[in-house]
Amino acid sequence: MSKPFMFEKPVGMRDTLPAYYQTKNKIRQRMKKEIDSWGYVPIETPALEYYDTVGTASAILDQQLFKLLDQQGNTLVLRPDMTAPIARVAASSLKDQAFPLRLSYHSPLFRAQQKEGGRPAEFEQMGVELVGDGTSSADGEVIALMAATLKKAGLQDFQIAIGHIGYVNALLLDVVGSEERADTLRRYLYEKNYVGFKQHVKSLPLSSIDEKRLLGLLQLRGGAEKLNDAQELVQNGDAAQALHDLHQLFDVLEAYGVSEHIKLDLNLVMHMSYYTGVVFEGYGSKLGFPLSSGGRYDELLQKFHRPARATGFGIRLDLLVEAVGETEGLPQQTCILFSKERRKEAIKEAAQLREDGRSVVLQDLQGVENVDELSEAYEEVYYFIGKKQGGSSHE
Amino acid sequence: MSEPLTVAMPKGRIFEEAVELLREAGFPLPPEFDDSRKLIVDANEADLRFILAKPMDVPTYVEHGVADLGVAGKDTMIEEERDVYEVLDLNISECYLAVAGLPGYEKSDINPKVASKYPNLATQYFKEQGEQVEIIKLNGSIELAPLVGLADRIVDIVSTGRTLRENGLVELETIVPITSRLIVNPVSYRMKDTRIDDLVERLAKVVEEDDE
Repeated sequence: MSKPFMFEKPVGMRDTLPAYYQTKNKIRQRMKKEIDSWGYVPIETPALEYYDTVGTASAILDQQLFKLLDQQGNTLVLRPDMTAPIARVAASSLKDQAFPLRLSYHSPLFRAQQKEGGRPAEFEQMGVELVGDGTSSADGEVIALMAATLKKAGLQDFQIAIGHIGYVNALLLDVVGSEERADTLRRYLYEKNYVGFKQHVKSLPLSSIDEKRLLGLLQLRGGAEKLNDAQELVQNGDAAQALHDLHQLFDVLEAYGVSEHIKLDLNLVMHMSYYTGVVFEGYGSKLGFPLSSGGRYDELLQKFHRPARATGFGIRLDLLVEAVGETEGLPQQTCILFSKERRKEAIKEAAQLREDGRSVVLQDLQGVENVDELSEAYEEVYYFIGKKQGGSSHE
Repeated sequence: MSEPLTVAMPKGRIFEEAVELLREAGFPLPPEFDDSRKLIVDANEADLRFILAKPMDVPTYVEHGVADLGVAGKDTMIEEERDVYEVLDLNISECYLAVAGLPGYEKSDINPKVASKYPNLATQYFKEQGEQVEIIKLNGSIELAPLVGLADRIVDIVSTGRTLRENGLVELETIVPITSRLIVNPVSYRMKDTRIDDLVERLAKVVEEDDE
């Protein structure tokens, strides 16, 4: 590769310029306020973690990790998600705190660099983890909080698709009989390849009833009434449990008043092995990429030696800002322009205005290139110029 | 009615075949679309809008959500690995991917090279075969590569085999059959689910009838 130009950044890295920062910050504040008000306490963890701990435990695929070496030759990862670090903390530093824990975060995450636009290697995510609670109330709380947070962010038109990996596994295993064969079918769903799924089902030596049951899975999206169809397809214990979970969850979500944003999608397979129960993904009408996702991950905590059931969500702030689509102007500022004879007076006036809650720029006239341009940039400008004592000209 | 559903498609034969399928599925499309130079074609009565793109780019438009749906060859789907739903095999523009070379080709012991428009797909295929080859990416007229000695084999689409024969090449291995697929953006699939499900269902009926 040729030497970078001096203005260049590494591939996949973005600057946040003032106008965008204002927009993002405003959205972030509104979201944070909502999450705080539900009693989730924020924590921070380091940007670097060991590949062997957080890196391998994380839901992010190996080839998507941003890896580096430390001085001892250990492989490190730039934090790919916040769930694994929070699981690490919940199982170590917070191990004496009783479950359930309600933790929140907003922090930059990292992915392996990609050349194509729209795939940043660093982006901000805000989310929560509810650790040590396996109830449907917990699943519902997390989804309702995600909906509330998206709404507070300014997103009007959004949907959340809800699936249950326990149901998918139960149906596949019930029909095809072996984990290995179920895995092949599950991979087609994970890859969103329904054509491949159908072709594979037709190639299997199945009775026409069993074939219909598998193909029926693809129809299980829509309203809560589809849960009845789901029950027709498979009746074993695991499936019944999953459907019981979902019935309960839909009740909880109705109580929270978010049903209008919820859709059932039992084909939703977001990861081959990470999630263990309810999974969900959030979408806004103005952007082609999912904005947020989450689900139940009851097997992660035991990797850090404190087994616990857990659920949570994460919202991609970069995508959400695009989906909300409004930009904030820069904040209103006052400028005091002074010449050095009246510096003292100007500083005093600035202090007073700042005391009153204004954002005040104090600028020496001698340091200004173009006074007209400068004054145009501010809402109001006070001049403390010349030898004249007292009073101030005001524009 | 809200915004039209947007469908990205390659120009030319696939567009015509896909439009015919939509007509059979009961979408009121005009008998002819005027002028092939337009990149965006509206079919107001059917509440559809077509984006005419390069075949390899169709999954990109759909993944980014500027098109709700798309018609893409399975070859481009394998090559591009875009995050989109592949919901229906339209069974149009059937062909297959194959490895071809000069007649009497024998595996070279020294750095065998393969030229292709599909570098990812070709890499994956030879990896699965346990064969180490070097892939050279070309953008078209792939048949040239073995003729001038750029590579000893090629990976390309074959429909009738005529292009291969005319250039004195023979097919060595078949990789995978290819047809055009209906693909859907993951967000549109949720936000516009009623309309998309309706379209998919109607098309599925037509395609399956043709199948029988």
